[in-house]
Amino acid sequence: MSDVATVTDSELVGPAVVHSDRRPSEWVMIIHQAWRMGRTKIGVGILVFIVLLAVFGPLLAPYSPTEFVAAPFSSPSAGIWLGSDYIGHDVLTRVLYGGRTVITLALAATVIGLGMGVTLGLITGYARRWIDESIMRILDAVLAFPQIVLALLFVSILGPRLWLIVIIVGLSHAPRIARVARAAALEVAQRDFVHAAEALGVARTKILFNEILPSITSPLLVEFGLRLTYSIGLIAALSFLGFGLQPPAADWGLMINENRMGIVVEPWPVLMPVLLIGILTIGSNLIADGLGRALIGIDRDTAGV
Amino acid sequence: MEATAAVGPATSVERDAVLTVNGLTIVLDPSGVNIDDEVSLAIRHGEVLGLVGESASGKTTTATSLLAHQRRGAKIAGGQIAIDGRDVLSLSPAQLREIRGGLISYVPQDSSASLNPALRIGTQLMEVLEAHGFGSSAADREARLAQMMAEVLLPSDKAFLRRYPHQLSGGQQQRVAIAMAFANRPKVIVLDEPTTALDVTTQAHVLDTIRDLTKSYGVAALYVTHDLAVVATLADRIAVMYAGRVIEIGTRDELFAAGRHPYTRKLLSSIPDITGERALRGIPGWAPRPGQRPSGCAFAPRCDWAVDRCGEQFPPDDGPTPLHRVRCWRWREVGAQAVAQDFFLRDRSAGLGESREATVIGVRTLTAFYQRKETLHDITTSLSERRCLSLVGESGSGKTTLARCIAGLHPHKILGDIEFRGTALPRDARQRPQATRQAIQYIFQSPYSSLNPRKTIAQILSQPLKVFFDLSRSEMEDRMEKALEQVALDSSLLNRYPDQLSGGERQRVAIARGLAAEPTVLICDEVTSWLDVSVQAAIIELLASLQRDMGLSMLFVTHNLALVRSISQEVAVMNDGRIVEYGQVDAVLGDPQSDYTKKLLSDTPTI
Repeated sequence: MSDVATVTDSELVGPAVVHSDRRPSEWVMIIHQAWRMGRTKIGVGILVFIVLLAVFGPLLAPYSPTEFVAAPFSSPSAGIWLGSDYIGHDVLTRVLYGGRTVITLALAATVIGLGMGVTLGLITGYARRWIDESIMRILDAVLAFPQIVLALLFVSILGPRLWLIVIIVGLSHAPRIARVARAAALEVAQRDFVHAAEALGVARTKILFNEILPSITSPLLVEFGLRLTYSIGLIAALSFLGFGLQPPAADWGLMINENRMGIVVEPWPVLMPVLLIGILTIGSNLIADGLGRALIGIDRDTAGV
Repeated sequence: MEATAAVGPATSVERDAVLTVNGLTIVLDPSGVNIDDEVSLAIRHGEVLGLVGESASGKTTTATSLLAHQRRGAKIAGGQIAIDGRDVLSLSPAQLREIRGGLISYVPQDSSASLNPALRIGTQLMEVLEAHGFGSSAADREARLAQMMAEVLLPSDKAFLRRYPHQLSGGQQQRVAIAMAFANRPKVIVLDEPTTALDVTTQAHVLDTIRDLTKSYGVAALYVTHDLAVVATLADRIAVMYAGRVIEIGTRDELFAAGRHPYTRKLLSSIPDITGERALRGIPGWAPRPGQRPSGCAFAPRCDWAVDRCGEQFPPDDGPTPLHRVRCWRWREVGAQAVAQDFFLRDRSAGLGESREATVIGVRTLTAFYQRKETLHDITTSLSERRCLSLVGESGSGKTTLARCIAGLHPHKILGDIEFRGTALPRDARQRPQATRQAIQYIFQSPYSSLNPRKTIAQILSQPLKVFFDLSRSEMEDRMEKALEQVALDSSLLNRYPDQLSGGERQRVAIARGLAAEPTVLICDEVTSWLDVSVQAAIIELLASLQRDMGLSMLFVTHNLALVRSISQEVAVMNDGRIVEYGQVDAVLGDPQSDYTKKLLSDTPTI
């Protein structure tokens, strides 16, 4: 495999070496490249660990998350390994229960942001002129607001609803993703296969999604990883501020808030969710970083061809 | 020549050589695949050796290895390179720095990419002199700088030297690169296709400059090119490379008049002939890439002369004289056949004479803009039924703009009329009737850009079929196979992706996509400019036969005047957004009226 890659990567222009009928597409190759990096492996390891914890945690939890098991802020002991929180719930149980929301919401928000951003980016990158100008200026205006401020604005007006958080966080990602998609689409839209489709009279939406989109998947893959990291942080922050799940539900962000006054007495109820959110973002960031590096590497290799 | 000398290394060339390359073998690093296989060359003082080969023949790899440079992933596995008695491959990095630009210098293919865009050209030229400690004082170097500029026919005043590379034309940039290469009076100079990016007129001037400088400095020059016509006027001797090996080497006259290798012969017959005496003939297939090269003689699969032995064993070094060497088992038989027999005479009766056919496409007082700038001025011309009109001109002449206007692909303002069978057409292809879009098909210049790399050939070919016809799955497959058959490709390619095909195959796919729409007009925009000469000839043959057999009207856009005779009946010569001459091909090329056409004709390299 590596031998074949070296030959195809060469600057020599001519018939390709690989004559198999099927061939991995570029983003598969990027994932493959990225996987060879230690950072990606660590990132994936972390992500898999935390996702498994969030998904299967509740099955392992010794108590119910709303069950009072000890006096508030009890230290760890037999039976309650991480002690109890501000009203006497088992910290371990709540940690095991509390990851689901942040992970699902972050993922959903990123997917929404990607969908909106890619669509806007493709349209602006292909249409240009006044459509491009007007959409991009609006997006610039949205970009001027820090994401958290934007989210707080809407949530405080419309009330703390989970679906709202997902949409707002997604929306706040869209301009950033749109910029990346637009930059990539601008370049692809100049290529002759797009002109060829235009000359045939292929519909504009088909050109966007069938001709241009497949050629810009790689930078979008990297962007997805990066935005996921931000989503996790944002959603944890919103729920820390009390706009996410409401007590007595178990949620990492909320746990930090609930227990912060007792941090000097008993650090575990705060420390555990902080630690988990922290390594979750590190994990997804390592993956995004690995993908980004792989993307640059691959771009460089095929630049001459 | 020195035919009396004993066969072996001690030929006169090798005794007097400034540069000798012996058994040079270059491999790709982890895989060990050969790029260059035992390449041996020698060049004397004041001699130009043309190194000719198609893509992937290893010619550029050979050229850069003379400076002990390998591209990433390549490594020298054996052989010697000696310049003026110094073994280049055993030098330390510091010593290499000293000889590069001093003892041996390099002129790259694309000087716009090799000159530093952030430095004034005077500064860059001075750097080269200073780096090698030329002369004893700044005044010496200043004098040398002025002398160099004069030699490459550029002004040497302060204002010019203070320019940045982007403020020069392509030809001027290449001259600066040449001046830089000759600056320190090197013994050896390597020129890597330095004129491919240039227009013919500029190319002719640059070639003249190179010829004069190599003679007057007594430099041994290696001129790498894929175009035999370019070295025909320049080189003293020519080495032909194929699949990493030198398969024939000899003087220019020996090779052109009596080439002994079948590949050399084929290569000659694929050069377009501006006089129109002989037809263009391509070489079937393509040059194999490293790692795919067949055993024995790598050319055997494409060779008419091939016998069983060719596939088994690479022929030994042999030849009619010690200086004319051939690597072919049957060189005696090939040599016995006169060169002229290879040249099929062109069927000159075909389609000549005045056209009495109806006009298919009429262009009337067309003026086109690029943003605010007027790029086409008042163009009036027409294309008749079943005829081929060539649009010829240098870069910037507006020929592609005109073709794109006709195809409805010009995104800027247009004044005047474009008519299809008497009906005026809207500017934008999208606004045109479906039937017109189907009738006019456009083939793009670069098959590397015109085929979506994420789609299979089947998906690419199905696009026009889906847009224009309502077909069942099996009908669709039949049509796709038929389209591939028309361009002489196998239907097994349907599941491949474009990057699994050669450049020539890709361009055939692009043509097949055009044909699948069942057009009546085919617009070909520089369709061969990205291809090797042998592949170019094959594509021209194909287009000519398609036009003839299917009764297509064709607009053939090209910068290569030599191609015009092989394909078209009418020609329009364009310069600066205007048609400067128009008429029957034989009339225009045989007796050009405009000065511009005359100049283009005299500057076009030919053999």
